[in-house]
Amino acid sequence: MELLSPTEYAKEKVKSVQDYTLLAARSVANLFKRPLYIADMIQQADLIGFGSLPIVLAACFFTGAALALNSASTLDRFGAMTVIGQLVSVGIVRELGPVLAGLVVAGRNASGMASELGSMVVTEQIDAMRALGTDPLKKLVTPRVVSTVVMLFFLTILGDLLGLIGGAFVVSTVLRLDTHQYWNSAWQTLEYSDVFTGLTKPVVFGFIIATIGCYYGLDTKGGTQGVGRATTEAVVAAMILIIAVDVFITRVLMLTLGTS
Amino acid sequence: MSTPTLPIEIRSAADRNPTPDAIVFEEVELAFDSKTVLNGISFRLAHGETKAIFGVAGSGKSTILKLALGLLKPDSGRITVLGEEITTMTEDQLFELRRRVGIVFQESALFDSLTVRENVAYRLIEEGKLPEEEIEKRVREALSFVELEHTMDLYPSELSGGMRRRVAIARTIITEPEVLLYDSPTGGLDPVTSNTIIELIVKQRDVYKTSSLLVTHRLQDAFTMGTHYFDRGENKMKPLPPDARSAVPMGFLILRDGRIIFDGDLKSLRETTDEYIREYIS
Repeated sequence: MELLSPTEYAKEKVKSVQDYTLLAARSVANLFKRPLYIADMIQQADLIGFGSLPIVLAACFFTGAALALNSASTLDRFGAMTVIGQLVSVGIVRELGPVLAGLVVAGRNASGMASELGSMVVTEQIDAMRALGTDPLKKLVTPRVVSTVVMLFFLTILGDLLGLIGGAFVVSTVLRLDTHQYWNSAWQTLEYSDVFTGLTKPVVFGFIIATIGCYYGLDTKGGTQGVGRATTEAVVAAMILIIAVDVFITRVLMLTLGTS
Repeated sequence: MSTPTLPIEIRSAADRNPTPDAIVFEEVELAFDSKTVLNGISFRLAHGETKAIFGVAGSGKSTILKLALGLLKPDSGRITVLGEEITTMTEDQLFELRRRVGIVFQESALFDSLTVRENVAYRLIEEGKLPEEEIEKRVREALSFVELEHTMDLYPSELSGGMRRRVAIARTIITEPEVLLYDSPTGGLDPVTSNTIIELIVKQRDVYKTSSLLVTHRLQDAFTMGTHYFDRGENKMKPLPPDARSAVPMGFLILRDGRIIFDGDLKSLRETTDEYIREYIS
């Protein structure tokens, strides 16, 4: 492998950030230009949304259950088992639901987008598309961004619900507590700011997943080996960005909503 | 022997085009990273002419086609296509021009998730200007030109390499482009299939008078094009007598180390004294 000087390396990284920013900006700007490729958006929504549904639901259900189990042992020491519903509810809705759904969809779809678009690059299908008068960003990137943002939003809502059901399952079968009380405290404790925070995150995460997946796919170089590399890099970058941006959004929303 | 009558011109190339040349490259230079690929390339492709581009692998042949279509931008120099300078055009402006210029990619570049019908109709569907019946008619015509009407509902993965190239040609000619760019259209094909593809290119040249740039490694393909014409009456390619070979608008261009070392017709290619070229064509 060729060794780059620190300057060249820095230049390369800055250019990557610039290219990614341009792609992300154009994917949004294309929403205001015709044609809109509604059929492609629906097809992608089906692939991204319904395709990811089982794994998102399973991940959230088991995480909700594990959260209830872990919380129970701590709460029991303080005789505060009655607040387990509150703990699971806030934990899932504010944080774990959006992040888990984001990570699962990133693992499944950022890789799918990178490999699909990467294969199209190495087989010259992207060039063919441009030669046939179609803007690949408009035809391929914008529908994926819109579909991922919309579907991750709804997947998160369903994931939150399944997370709470997972907690309820543990409360009733393992801890032998009153599930009515669990649901009551879970519901009562949720505030507008919790729901707003929990539903803002998937919108941002969906945008990150789709733009990162498409960016790495369209930036593929070096044949089939390049496609594999792009796929791996897309998943790693999307997951790290989700976790890092999560901290940032949480803090910003806390300050904005006055909940810090 | 009398000179055979060349095919009837449906539309004269000169009538369609007020500019004298279809493509003009002027001192075009391009480098990838620090490697110079094209170093001061200048040539002209006249309307109705076909120019075959030769050169060893990596000499920049395919790059010339991508530059001519605006898929790549040169570092310096001017490229004029159908009278319009494309080096300063935006991507949106290029989309308009690309309707008049078609390209057949090296590996066909068919969309693998679409059927043959959808691939061939792609541009017409995207434009959304024609009714479905008209699109269907045009698809059938284009596929009948390459004799693949029966493959309409198949996917590219179900076709042989030669059939994919022919579908790619059909997809390119459906909008009747004024300039065609062929990137190694016979690469990796058997001699019989290669001959079928060359016959289609000669048909496009002689029947529709389309200006073309043809990148190829196979010298015999270009020589066949320089020594044959398409007979519309018999619907097949036929050899020209030696004294009539200058009648076909066929040029040859040879690249070496990013520069053009030969630009001329078949006769001057055969008479060249340049040792490298003589070795290359022998």
